Amino acid sequence: MVARTGNRTLFQATHGPLPLSQRGEKRQNARSVSFGSISGTLGYPVRVPGDTTFVKRSWHQEVEMPGIVGYGAFIPRNRIKSEEIARQWGKDPATIQRGLLLKEKSVPGLDEDTITISVAAGRGALARAGIDPQKVGALYIGSESHPYAVKPSGTVVLEALGLGPEIHVADFEFACKAGTEAMSVALAMVESGRVEYAMGIGADTSQGAPNDALEFSASAGGAAYIFGREKLLAEFLHTYSYTSDTPDFWRREGEFYPRHGGRFTGEPAYFHHVMSATQGILDRSGHKPEDFRYVVLHMPNGKFPLAAGKRMGFTQKQMETGWVVNLMGNSYSGSSPTGLAAILDVADPGDLILITSFGSGAGSDSFIMKATELLPERQGLAPTVRSMLDNPRKYLTYGEYAKLREKIILND
Amino acid sequence: MPSPRYHREIPARFRLEAGKCAGCGRVSYPARKVCPACRGQEMEQVKLSPRGTVVTSTVIHVPPDDFLNEAPYAMAVVETAEGARFMTQVVDCDPSTVLPGMEVDLEFRLIRKEGKSGILCYGHKGVPGSV
Ligand SMILES: [Zn+2]
Repeated sequence: MVARTGNRTLFQATHGPLPLSQRGEKRQNARSVSFGSISGTLGYPVRVPGDTTFVKRSWHQEVEMPGIVGYGAFIPRNRIKSEEIARQWGKDPATIQRGLLLKEKSVPGLDEDTITISVAAGRGALARAGIDPQKVGALYIGSESHPYAVKPSGTVVLEALGLGPEIHVADFEFACKAGTEAMSVALAMVESGRVEYAMGIGADTSQGAPNDALEFSASAGGAAYIFGREKLLAEFLHTYSYTSDTPDFWRREGEFYPRHGGRFTGEPAYFHHVMSATQGILDRSGHKPEDFRYVVLHMPNGKFPLAAGKRMGFTQKQMETGWVVNLMGNSYSGSSPTGLAAILDVADPGDLILITSFGSGAGSDSFIMKATELLPERQGLAPTVRSMLDNPRKYLTYGEYAKLREKIILND
Repeated sequence: MPSPRYHREIPARFRLEAGKCAGCGRVSYPARKVCPACRGQEMEQVKLSPRGTVVTSTVIHVPPDDFLNEAPYAMAVVETAEGARFMTQVVDCDPSTVLPGMEVDLEFRLIRKEGKSGILCYGHKGVPGSV
């Protein structure tokens, strides 16, 4: 269906048109609703939250886009330095630091997992949003380390956050981009008018096999975003996704560590998808790289996002705020969402922000958003990403790290 | 098997829900049906603030089986601003530094696993205070 052309990729089949016989009478009840900078004609009726009548919206009507009403992040406090991992496997620490641009990474405690990180991030998001948790009508958690193979992380998280039970919940999985996937769907649920608020979370306690390049980056952390229509901290302007079947990284059911396809991971996977999605959203939105104050690209290591950004014409200055990977590692589904949280922590009203995630397999989601006047007064209502990176923390030996990551085989 | 008690205790363990006596104001955590101070039976639901002060503490060196890999760890009686007291682990710090008077934030953590294939039991633990 959808006559909605232009820059939106979301929400294309959410609403079917009413039968023609009903359209006339419903239109009589129409009132003006707005859906922002939508280009194209929306000649079909939609349901407006809190309103039982159907209204017609068309492209010239002025309306507010949904966006972020609250956000929060969490990073576990344990760290291990790249040089400690390098020493364990007889690698040269300087080569690792220069090659991957990784100084240290976060390590979850034995009592931390995707669920606990999601709860901590979600509490920050609720604090910044200042909304009644009961009004959150959808909760999506993206991760590749959900603690249960069968039983959603979302059920535990919603109880802890005081959401529900009238809530739609699902766990998402798409390697490292499950977080932006959860955000996309949460945004769409709000945009479609089905729920007043929706929360999307990206969190992971990633695993890298011992003596694998991934071991230097795989880390823990995450961020939560609440979407709504009013009192926005950042207004969403555009979304775009780019996906193809590319075998760069995978983990079969029952396997403990993921595997990666060597040279598949660079050009054909990360660079192709991140750059295609970013270029796609720039083309469709009509923006140029220099329009943005901040840019964050998924951070599998320190080098890839800086290289991809540079090729597309972004500067170090645009990228450095969200580039948290050198101190926290790659928290997979939590990576670019945590980078975005670090940006929102310091952004000023009117700043244009671009985020592109990447998930192996492979795909990328891109969002363009604009910080609002309300953002500055909400920044201090929950811990900032930088405060968590800089906070007192424990540096682990490789032995302690192996114990916490349960890499040591123990008797039952 | 998942313990029915764990499921029943979710409001207290996950959301720090407590009971406040309408008669004398005493806060009980977890909530009780009868006030231990005045035997009043009218209780109002309150939520504890997620921070508190260590009243007393100890370090566990010989733990129960479920906690073998965590030893040594600190256990503390923590009192919240509402006057509720309860026992909890204090983590993310050297256990010997957990002493009476220490300010802690209460964070949502995995408490124990019911064996290798059982359910995961969550609740709150103390961590060094951020303020
Ligand atoms: Zn009483």
